[in-house]
Amino acid sequence: MESTILNTKNDRIIKIDSPLLNIDQLSVSYGGDKYSIDKVSAGIQKNKITAIMGPSGCGKSTLLRAINRMHELYPDTHHKGSITLDGEDIYKINPIELRRKIGMVFQRPNPFPTMSIYDNVIAAYILNGIKLKRSEKDQIVEKSLREVGLWDETKDALHKRGTFLSGGQQQRLCIARALAYAPEVILLDEPTSALDPIATAKIEDLLVELKKKYTIVLVTHNMAQAARISDYSMFMYIGELVEYGKTKNMFTTPKDERTEAYLTGKFG
Amino acid sequence: MNSSNSISKQKLKWRIFNDKLFSIVMMTLAFVSALPLLSILFQLVKKGYKQIRLNFFIEVAPDTMQAMMAKANHEIIPGGIANGIVGTLIIVGLASLIAIPLGLICGIYLSETSKGKMANAVRLVVDMLQGIPSIVLGVIAYIWIVKPVTSGFSALAGSVALSIMMLPSIIRSTEETLKMIPSTLKEAALSLGVPYHRTIFKVLLPTGMSGISTGIILGISRIAGETAPLMLTALGSSAINLDITQPSSAIPLLVWEFYNDPNLIDLIWGASLILLLIIFLLNLGAKAIVKKWKVQY
Ligand SMILES: Nc1ncnc2c1ncn2[C@@H]1O[C@H](COP(=O)(O)OP(=O)(O)OP(=O)(O)O)[C@@H](O)[C@H]1O
Ligand SMILES: [Mg+2]
Repeated sequence: MESTILNTKNDRIIKIDSPLLNIDQLSVSYGGDKYSIDKVSAGIQKNKITAIMGPSGCGKSTLLRAINRMHELYPDTHHKGSITLDGEDIYKINPIELRRKIGMVFQRPNPFPTMSIYDNVIAAYILNGIKLKRSEKDQIVEKSLREVGLWDETKDALHKRGTFLSGGQQQRLCIARALAYAPEVILLDEPTSALDPIATAKIEDLLVELKKKYTIVLVTHNMAQAARISDYSMFMYIGELVEYGKTKNMFTTPKDERTEAYLTGKFG
Repeated sequence: MNSSNSISKQKLKWRIFNDKLFSIVMMTLAFVSALPLLSILFQLVKKGYKQIRLNFFIEVAPDTMQAMMAKANHEIIPGGIANGIVGTLIIVGLASLIAIPLGLICGIYLSETSKGKMANAVRLVVDMLQGIPSIVLGVIAYIWIVKPVTSGFSALAGSVALSIMMLPSIIRSTEETLKMIPSTLKEAALSLGVPYHRTIFKVLLPTGMSGISTGIILGISRIAGETAPLMLTALGSSAINLDITQPSSAIPLLVWEFYNDPNLIDLIWGASLILLLIIFLLNLGAKAIVKKWKVQY
């Protein structure tokens, strides 16, 4: 009995060979012995887009934030299990160092309101007190804004405040800000849920473009979005990683009935 | 159909009339409540404008003999309030130097620690501090500074009393302003690998600059006119005094001194007018800062 359950579980969770990120038996609690995610194990493939799906409250954000230790902002959190980046235990890396390797983009665009577009892009350098030459700054700003397709729209207004941009432009600015430090991984938590369809399409195209250079983990409520742009998909349900596989396979032949119910819109 | 239309038109007219009536009533009430302020200003200008010439700003207060002579000759009383202006600048400046860093740190602490016994205790103390009568703060500064530190009345003692008075408004405005800043901004900075203390000083404080500096300026304007605590601390001085360990004058102290001297009493109008103008300017400055530094998230 025990072994068949294990077998089916292995069946539902794809094994990634030599993953960039390896999540092993990870449980995260916001306090007490209630775990918001429970024994999640998954490898994340380099230079791919991995989508995390699931109904509200299932622990998507918790899992994502555990990857760059942002969940530690809440005072009573604790975790079991481990995550490695390039084989190195992230809980042994200084969180500040770690976050420079693993960037994050949030649900609502959050450019720094006191800073210009230009300064927002190089905010990581400014705020960390890293002095750059003018020419280096110009170069990083142009490169990052080009990467997110914002250069042509903003090159004549670089010294205006970032908050003057439209929502979609602000979100691309935030992605540029996360890219400026040249991280290995970019985590995005429902980055398009506050945007209109056109702005959403632009961000999706952008992410597909960016995966050539970066490894992307994307939380989304939008199944169509996951189907369109992700290579791998996770389905979570009440803190459990129910199913993880190639997106194509998961959308055509889900292995777990809960995944199937979710994908066919029966709940969530 | 038609009749219901005409009824709604009538209703509309009634509503528009109501709106107009309402705004007229509001304007009248606003004017009535501004009346005391306007009449105070009118009174001060009417009685004080003759005194206010250049030497009112650069000469020290006259003594009672000089004033008596001038009066006898039907001349304008000589001298000015330079010792008070300099004293007020020094005492208030020093009080700000003491209170601003302390208040900022305390406000940041409270905004970052919403729960906890310690934070609640600090909040309680701040609230109680706000309620302490200013004369009592003067007594405290007298005990803390005048006797043991400067062994005599001093500008420093006055500054300490006033800085305690300023603290609650700085702490509260800092706490409230920082709490209003969306947490996503803090997360954005931390997710860029920015250490916590830098996040506070380089992201949260600049973002809240408008609200925080408004609180500071209003705090300053609140203490600039304080008289009672200065009587027990700075005492007053007939000369301009730059040494903070020595007694010092201040504009409100001068108003009080003039009031008590029948020969000098005519000077209270000019001195009060200057004090009021300083406080007005501070308030206008606060408004300008809110407008200029306001950030949208
Ligand atoms: N700061 C917190 N303190 C305590 N519990 C929390 C906290 N944040 C999340 N939780 C709990 O952890 C569980 C997972 O939350 P999480 O935010 O990860 O869900 P989610 O899948 O991202 O949901 P959504 O789709 O609504 O964003 C939920 O039950 C939630 O109540
Ligand atoms: Mg979430």
